[in-house]
Amino acid sequence: MNNFMRNMTATAVIAMFGFAGQAMSTELVVVSWGGAYTASQQNAYHAPYMKKNPGIKIINDDSAGSAVAKLRAMKQAGNTTWDLVDAVASDAMMLCDEGLIDEIDHDSALAAGADGSSATEDFGDFIVSPCFIPQIVYSTTFGYRKDKVSKPMTSVCDVFDLKTFPGKRSLEKKPINNMEWALICDGVSPSKVYDVLETDAGVSQAFAKLDTIKSKVVWWTAGAQTPQLLADGEVVVGSTYNGRLFALIEEQKQPVAMLWDWQVFDLDGWVVPTGGKNKAETMKYLKFATDTQRLADQAKFISYGPTRASSAPLVGKHAKLGIAMAPHMPTDPNNAKTTLLFNYEFWADNRDDLDAKFNAWLLK
Amino acid sequence: MNSLPPYLSIPERIWHYTFWIICGAVLFFLIFPLLVIVPLSFNEVPFFTFTKKMLAFDPDGYSLQWYNDFFTSLNWQGAVRNSVFIAFFATIISTFLGTLASLGLSRPQMPYRTLIMSLLISPMIVPLIISAAGMFFFYSRIGLQGTHLGVILAHAALGTPFVVITVTATLTGFDNNLIRASQSLGATPTTTFFKVIVPLITPGVISGALFAFVTSFDEVVVVLFVGSYKQRTIPWQMFSGIREQISPTILAAATLLILLTIAMLTTLELLRRRTERLRGVTPS
Amino acid sequence: MEKIKENIPLVTADGTPLKISLARAQRRSKIVAFMMVFPLLLFITIAFIGPIADMLMLSIDNTIVKEILPKSTEALQSWDEYSGELPDEAVFAAIVADIKKAKATKQHTKIGSRFNYESSGFSSLFRKTGRNVKKIKTPPYKEALIKSDKRWGEIYTWQVIKQNSSSYTDGYYLAASDYKREFSSGNIKSLESKDSIYLKLFFRTIVLSSLITFLTFVIGFPLSYMLSQVSTRISNILIIFVLLPFWTSLLVRTTSWIALLQQEGVINDFLILVGFINEEGRLAMIHNATGTVVAMTHILLPFMILPLFSVMKTIPKSYVRAAVSLGAHPWKAFWKVYFPNTGPGIGAGSILVFILAIGYYITPALVGGSSGTFISNRIAYHISSSLNWGLGAALGVILLGIVLALFMLYDRIVGIDNMKLG
Repeated sequence: MNNFMRNMTATAVIAMFGFAGQAMSTELVVVSWGGAYTASQQNAYHAPYMKKNPGIKIINDDSAGSAVAKLRAMKQAGNTTWDLVDAVASDAMMLCDEGLIDEIDHDSALAAGADGSSATEDFGDFIVSPCFIPQIVYSTTFGYRKDKVSKPMTSVCDVFDLKTFPGKRSLEKKPINNMEWALICDGVSPSKVYDVLETDAGVSQAFAKLDTIKSKVVWWTAGAQTPQLLADGEVVVGSTYNGRLFALIEEQKQPVAMLWDWQVFDLDGWVVPTGGKNKAETMKYLKFATDTQRLADQAKFISYGPTRASSAPLVGKHAKLGIAMAPHMPTDPNNAKTTLLFNYEFWADNRDDLDAKFNAWLLK
Repeated sequence: MNSLPPYLSIPERIWHYTFWIICGAVLFFLIFPLLVIVPLSFNEVPFFTFTKKMLAFDPDGYSLQWYNDFFTSLNWQGAVRNSVFIAFFATIISTFLGTLASLGLSRPQMPYRTLIMSLLISPMIVPLIISAAGMFFFYSRIGLQGTHLGVILAHAALGTPFVVITVTATLTGFDNNLIRASQSLGATPTTTFFKVIVPLITPGVISGALFAFVTSFDEVVVVLFVGSYKQRTIPWQMFSGIREQISPTILAAATLLILLTIAMLTTLELLRRRTERLRGVTPS
Repeated sequence: MEKIKENIPLVTADGTPLKISLARAQRRSKIVAFMMVFPLLLFITIAFIGPIADMLMLSIDNTIVKEILPKSTEALQSWDEYSGELPDEAVFAAIVADIKKAKATKQHTKIGSRFNYESSGFSSLFRKTGRNVKKIKTPPYKEALIKSDKRWGEIYTWQVIKQNSSSYTDGYYLAASDYKREFSSGNIKSLESKDSIYLKLFFRTIVLSSLITFLTFVIGFPLSYMLSQVSTRISNILIIFVLLPFWTSLLVRTTSWIALLQQEGVINDFLILVGFINEEGRLAMIHNATGTVVAMTHILLPFMILPLFSVMKTIPKSYVRAAVSLGAHPWKAFWKVYFPNTGPGIGAGSILVFILAIGYYITPALVGGSSGTFISNRIAYHISSSLNWGLGAALGVILLGIVLALFMLYDRIVGIDNMKLG
């Protein structure tokens, strides 16, 4: 037994040291969403940066889904372990208001556009918050099984048409986007959708429309679920982020087609947590990762549109598949005939309230 | 199993065979979902479905890519290291503290026994989401959120009830005369402890330790809340493999773990039989 | 025989009276026993009970309002919220000062969110006011503030603020029980049935968990009985069938059930193959309550089998033989002699399965769809997504209360000491 104890202690001590002895390089913890999206960031930003700067190691943490809660907790603890976080615009606004992320002077912190414009000009309206560094434009839209429908789907209202397109649908388990689509397909003029949603009658109208397909809906909470459901044939049409659909169609060659009608644009970008431990290095990395060429490079791996105006002409071909990416961008004119832009004001105010109503409706 | 006694009536015979069919069905129910995982882990496409090619046994439908991913991916390597590290230390803490507490609890003079017992088992009783949320807030306040120590402490707390329950159960059958006998033969309390008590409670302690180890190794909710990316464990990786990205690598990992478990259980059984043979003890 | 004098007290070898010696020895034993338990008790208190208690406090904590709006809450004390009149200039001055300070310290949206939980619209009110408040430099503040946003001119706004100013709030518990406070009258009203989710969810969680417990019992009892009756060799091999799922990750087992239960999944394909159903009649066994029940029954079955098995192993086989030899029919012998002895095992298994079932949220999240989710899903949602930590904590307290009540019931009927896990 003495030998045993000795060996155990030795192993324990060595294991402890193994973990205590960290690398000599600086580690930057970058939080993102995982899957193909993180892979595209790894390929377009992290890998080239690490090559140029061998003393930096970039670690990917896929917990962006719970980023807001974790950032609040880290602030309370006084121990922020993240350096850079990928957040959607609405979350960035919330975090900025709470003082959990730094305000950025876009013109001095970020590179100028390759066409000579300043950063603020290049990003334009996409800088929706002083703390937000826009990265990509993505949209939530539908994909459907080509082989399981009698004719191609052309309108978002086809999702509500159970007669022509029977089968299950998958929708996000949130009121956001679903309510808007329900109202548009119930005859409300798209420009008035949010005015109508502010009223109780409008909310009931949206729920009534959703009731017509409710029994056939599979509700998703993570981006990977709809592609899985479409591939399995569990659903005939489902909403998700357009990049996931691109991967499903072009990379995994599933018999799925895009339904761009009334896609909802949203922005995804970088935010810098206050209290991060490697600010200088993080800002240096940000300058590189958000310059014109880098944003265009990301489009080589995933079909999300760069937010810089100067990057658009540089969007080329997919790195592995060799197909031109421009037609797959949500911002491409062919795809963007009917679009909604995420209404940050409205949802910031009404999200809690509508969310409670939505969950009550789900339970009925 | 053995031939049925001849005096059984027909209904009794029918019941006998029905009973065995029921048990067989239950065993099948337990195992079948695990068997399904194995072929899925060789899937050629990154989905959790049996593709047409796979059902037709077309070799193109199968691939080792997920096993490859598991062994080469930094994420998974880190996850395996973390899982083993965290589970190991959590088990040590919970086994040590739990056994000590059980020994104290089983003494007849222990005051407030029921109350303390309830408190000690509470981690098993409190719904996991509440424990995870509570620990998330509390550990954030004291700076343990996102640290290895935090996760180890959390898992140790979750594992102790199992140790306490199994060791106290073993101790209820313990014959205290053995202690008195050893002391009457001149042994000091320490010698009595190590030479009389420990060997007899070891099966219970090991059983409890195993429960505690499995609890930590398979735990996902608490580690998602209390840990951060650096503490990612195998369940963490699996969770992200289901939700954020469709990655059948988790099935490869699961198959490997199943094989490991089978190997371990078989070894234990063979060792037990060997000990029996050597001791000349006939199984009951 | 010598007569023993009755009033000489018994003494121990060293001369002290027996009573005192005995008491001293017992006290020492007690202290030793307690010292052995103490480390674990301390550990559990700090690492576990402390955190839970802390979270419980979150469910009533409302100090944020006094912290961020100190002058306003004080000024509002003298205002009668049912008088039908707006507060006076002093209150408006107070709130302008508070919001200016809050904006500087970036707290103004936090307080807006807090009020938003009680009545929607406050998020935007405080955010907008935060942006515009720097323009309000001189009195009279009342007109200036109302000009910047007309909601400040509504009595309702002030009623909400005043009624939510105290350090402790019952708002989260009201919401968790599907009630809300009507600020215009101060009364508590229950939410309309179309808006009430939590009671329904609690009910559904308890019902489904009971169903799952019952199923694990019905399925697990025969198997445990069989395992206890066969020889050790065979039972050790067969127990592997129970331990293997037990030690396989919960997530993996859930994924495998998804692959099995889907409409295009293995079970449906098999049923079509043997002709039970046709293409149109594929069963919907997942993304609903059925999926949750089936998957969780499978996952929790080992927790019922192991305690049952460990108790059954200790029941001497001679009992049943004795009953039969006394003339009882084997069935009667089983029900009257054997079954009652398995009581502790049934109790331990049932309580374990039930409590685990109530607290699970990952499996219901993955396979439950919208009709098979549990209350724990909502708790997790409030902690990680909606960030209404107060409501999440209140729901957690209620859930914990239910579980503790059940546990005390279990203790009364079966007794904790009789718990065995094999």
